Amino acid sequence: MVAKTVEVINAQGLHMRPAGVLAQAMNKHKECDVKLNVNGKSINGKAVMQIMSAGIKCGSTVEIVCDGAEEQAVLDEAVAMFESGFGE
Amino acid sequence: MVELKGKGVSGGIAIGKLAFVKRDEISVKRTRIENTQKEMERFETAKEISKEQLQSLYEKAVKEVGESSAQIFAIHQALMDDPDYNDSVDNIIHSQCLNAEYAVAVTSDNFADMFAAMEDEYMRERAADIRDISNRIMRNLQQSQEEQSQTEEKHIICADDLAPSETVQMDKSKVLAFCTKFGSSNSHTAILARTMNLPAVIGLGEELLAEYNGKEAIVDGSTGTIYIEPEQKMLEEMRRQQQAQEHRKELLKELKGKENVTLNGQKIKVFANVGGLSDIGQVLANDAGGIGLFRSEFLYLESSDYPSEETQFSTYRQILEKMAGKKVIIRTLDIGADKQIDYFHLDKEENPALGFRAIRICLTRPEIFKTQLRALYRASVYGNLGIMFPMIISLEEIHKIKQVVSEVKEELKAEGLPLKEDVELGIMIETPAAVMVSDMLAKEVDFFSVGTNDLTQYTLAIDRQNPKLESFCDTHHPALLRMIEFAADNAHKHGAWIGICGELGGDLELTEQFLAMGIDELSVSPSLVLPLREKIRSTDMTTYETAEKKLRLNS
Repeated sequence: MVAKTVEVINAQGLHMRPAGVLAQAMNKHKECDVKLNVNGKSINGKAVMQIMSAGIKCGSTVEIVCDGAEEQAVLDEAVAMFESGFGE
Repeated sequence: MVELKGKGVSGGIAIGKLAFVKRDEISVKRTRIENTQKEMERFETAKEISKEQLQSLYEKAVKEVGESSAQIFAIHQALMDDPDYNDSVDNIIHSQCLNAEYAVAVTSDNFADMFAAMEDEYMRERAADIRDISNRIMRNLQQSQEEQSQTEEKHIICADDLAPSETVQMDKSKVLAFCTKFGSSNSHTAILARTMNLPAVIGLGEELLAEYNGKEAIVDGSTGTIYIEPEQKMLEEMRRQQQAQEHRKELLKELKGKENVTLNGQKIKVFANVGGLSDIGQVLANDAGGIGLFRSEFLYLESSDYPSEETQFSTYRQILEKMAGKKVIIRTLDIGADKQIDYFHLDKEENPALGFRAIRICLTRPEIFKTQLRALYRASVYGNLGIMFPMIISLEEIHKIKQVVSEVKEELKAEGLPLKEDVELGIMIETPAAVMVSDMLAKEVDFFSVGTNDLTQYTLAIDRQNPKLESFCDTHHPALLRMIEFAADNAHKHGAWIGICGELGGDLELTEQFLAMGIDELSVSPSLVLPLREKIRSTDMTTYETAEKKLRLNS
């Protein structure tokens, strides 16, 4: 299991678009679980509706936890997406 | 005629017949099934077909409205893959032995309700996305076709609300405008309408009755109004406005980026007058060369107490940054007369137009003046700022102003705050006194800007607000034109430039005379920038001499 904490830089937080982009990318890794720990909750990083409904605002810190096949690569990919603001 | 008010989310005027979007209500029956495995397969197949449809909608939208607006359809595919959503469907089919349509309908309601209950307005609207994807899956389960309008004529499309997929699927060549009962300005429909340049009014409410289907209507997207079965007079007025808008659009295509130069090569600047931050979009859209008059009063009028230096600084900075290096002339506080602000506690006056107003207030209450000047100088490093002072009558006033300006600059430097040394300083020419001593004033400032509205009323001794005097008020009065010419000559003799920022600046009947006087800049309302450019570009000043003589003989 590997983990890293990142900050949300998207001005509107993790609204539908970034949530969808993240979930879509994470869903490709069937053998690796992705969890997001934020605001004291643990949510499934592959579930777009959970990510959206968590209401993650700009400036929130999110701990990404990956567990499973190629977990480091999956974590790196997720971290890069947060850091690039999901291309926004 | 019925008039309905909603919220205009995309500007423009459309005239045509209303057409309500027909949706075949998806009726879902709850039936028990035997083979749950087979039912899950039905769901999976319908979901895959749905995703393929969304993919082709995505491709269509990329072509029509661009990648960023099209992305919604990629995200909708991701929603269909949501594990919780799929678990819920799976659970209802397997553990309750119920049909796939019913499982999707229940799941859709649960998730949509969850979003609808959220605090954030944006998230509440996502309930519509959940319903949109679920309806698509249900339609594919029932193998029913999406309704397509078959009409040949162009229509104003009406609906309770429009899902993004519905908006994109419409044949754009048959849509004049969108009207919805619900929706918000963040909705995809609003965004798509703006991208497609179609008028749209949302939130019209239940008064948008289905019985209006097929009736003639006018949609005014800029005011958010629709007129059903409009009266002839209204129809003519809106047709006229529509033509003016079309004309402006064509002008824009033709004249955008072109110089303001006459046929014989004389150049003049065309700037825009602005009353608030929100007007800047119009300034840029109409391709103005700069802002010739920014009325700073709005900062004070919109506030319940004196606006702080920080508030002002941030506003001025935003204006300068948005204008990206183009000239921005900000006029210092001009209140009094017809513009009153409670917290200034100004006494009632017998004759406010001739009273305690504008620079007279600023020079009497330097703390207000200094706050504004500090904010302006701090913002000066973010663009090309000019500062202009209103209601000047004497040289002494300019000396006093310059004294305050140098104090402010010294203070800021002492505090180590950056500022631009060479901010252009100018004055409004709006009193006959300023005109008569314009030779003296021009030596002290970088520019003049003629405020023709006040100059007219002070020169002709006519109150602009009094409708009885209209027949006496000749806005082309030779006295006024001579004053402008006199001030222009003095400005040029003493190294200052001169602009006109009053209403007369946009009077196309006077453009030639202003060019003949050598006026350097005309600042007009944003919508007049392009018509004025057109006028300038079709003017030949070499043939103007006779007309000029005529004016002088007449006067």
